[in-house]
Amino acid sequence: MTDNPFGDVKPGVFPAILTETHADHSTQPFWDAAKENRLVAPRCIRCGTFRLPPEAFCFACRHREVEWVELPGTGTVYSRIIVRHPLHPGLSPVVPYVSGVVELDGTQGAGARMLVNIIDCDPETIAIGDRVEIAFEHVNEEMSVPRFRPIERPIQADEDST
Amino acid sequence: MTIKDQAAVVGIGRTPYWKRGQSFPETEMSMACTAILAALDDAGLTVADIDGFAIYAHACDPATVAATLGIPEIRYAASTTSGGGGSAGALGLAASAIAGGMATCCVTLMSLQQLNRRLGGTAVGGMLAYAMMSEGGGSAYGGGGLPPSAAFTANNGLLSPGHSFSMIAARHMHLYGTRREAFAEVCIAQRENAMKRPMSLRREPLTFDDYFSARMVSDPLCLLDYTMESDGAVAVITVSADQAKDLKQPPAYIMASAHGGSGRWGPGIFRYFQAPDEEFASSGHRPVAKRLFEMAGVGPEDVNVALLYDHFSPLVVLQLEDYGFCPIGEGGPFVEDGNIRFGTGTIPVNTHGGNLSDSYIIGMTHIVEAVEQLRGTAINQVERAEIALVTGGPASLPVSGTLLRR
Repeated sequence: MTDNPFGDVKPGVFPAILTETHADHSTQPFWDAAKENRLVAPRCIRCGTFRLPPEAFCFACRHREVEWVELPGTGTVYSRIIVRHPLHPGLSPVVPYVSGVVELDGTQGAGARMLVNIIDCDPETIAIGDRVEIAFEHVNEEMSVPRFRPIERPIQADEDST
Repeated sequence: MTIKDQAAVVGIGRTPYWKRGQSFPETEMSMACTAILAALDDAGLTVADIDGFAIYAHACDPATVAATLGIPEIRYAASTTSGGGGSAGALGLAASAIAGGMATCCVTLMSLQQLNRRLGGTAVGGMLAYAMMSEGGGSAYGGGGLPPSAAFTANNGLLSPGHSFSMIAARHMHLYGTRREAFAEVCIAQRENAMKRPMSLRREPLTFDDYFSARMVSDPLCLLDYTMESDGAVAVITVSADQAKDLKQPPAYIMASAHGGSGRWGPGIFRYFQAPDEEFASSGHRPVAKRLFEMAGVGPEDVNVALLYDHFSPLVVLQLEDYGFCPIGEGGPFVEDGNIRFGTGTIPVNTHGGNLSDSYIIGMTHIVEAVEQLRGTAINQVERAEIALVTGGPASLPVSGTLLRR
């Protein structure tokens, strides 16, 4: 039981404060795929430009029609901040948490970045340039929140101090 | 034809500045009217002379002000879109209205009680509302409800302007090696300026050690990198250059004004973050700066004092780059070398203390300081100040800049 308006919160995991997708024709396929742990993005069928969040027009060529492409779900941290001050008392157990901009593998980078909570990481060491992978949190039947977490590197012999 | 030198700021007025919540029993409307009357008095004009409102960020409702003060006729009422990014640009609206024959005497103002407009908020509903403001959901005619793009950003933990601008600062630090020492120098240089001003709200000494002992809020930004929250109102009066010559005060001519920014910067903060490096790790002002200097026919080397909108200290560093006071990426070392200090630096910045140490009236104090510098009446007076730069933003588009001259 908890009195926290955010429910059972975990350190480093920003609670889903929006539990509905407010989807329209342009965004529904993203959320449908998210339920199945798949990261998809719309690509302009005329010029090949990815755009996220999905919008009705291609910002590069103004074309409207897209094809939905499944992405590998991996990417690179482009920028990141460590939120240390809880803006609400209910967020006290959550801080420090990391919010970041991730450049997605398989896209052109700028224009298809995602703004996400980076979880399962050491906030003190996660850095720009680190490799991350997507981890969906299934909040309810409608909303699956895309988060990212570090890709575990194979432990090298000289780092293994056990 | 441009607006170059066609209009001038001839009156400045303000209420006292208070810490957030301490302006009771004043209201935003009463403070707005007080500041307007003070600015008219300063100019030697009366309420009957005002016929235009050139504002930004929902500064006031001109209809209510006109009814309250008994302004005989309004001929012009317009605002830049979005928020504080339009502060300096509102002077451009005034100049264009006057040059275009639509109005003769425009007021530009901000009146702020921060309990009413607490940017960033403390309630989650408020945070969400603010974070979504730039998407149209905050408009009275926005149709209610959240836009579909909101679901792509609402749950990422980015809740306040400080979070957003920290993201930009972190990228700049990564690309160029910019250090927190540079942000500290911005805070300390501006505090030294505010310490000499009786009206400034933050006047206690600030040391390098104080800065590095301050609580980290949204790393890499600490508490001292954030502007304060305050109450108060500031108004300025703009008339044609011809009329300005005959008034009480030496005119501060509007040499040039520009607002806008790169389309890919767009809402800039909170959601898109889709701009390429040269725009992402910037203040968003570069295109505005280019047009501003072209219109004025001068360059950054001609500017004697810079009043740069400083809601967060790193954005001062980035604006110094975007306005050409130093090369792109070298803002950190430029600041650390002492270049923005009053009295000794090559380009004194925020000689009134800025949003960080004087008061946060969403950019209007920067305009007043520019005018006082050009009149020669500033408390931290820059010698032979001929040209002053004032900026508004970084923020969601438009951001803005105005060049004033003696």
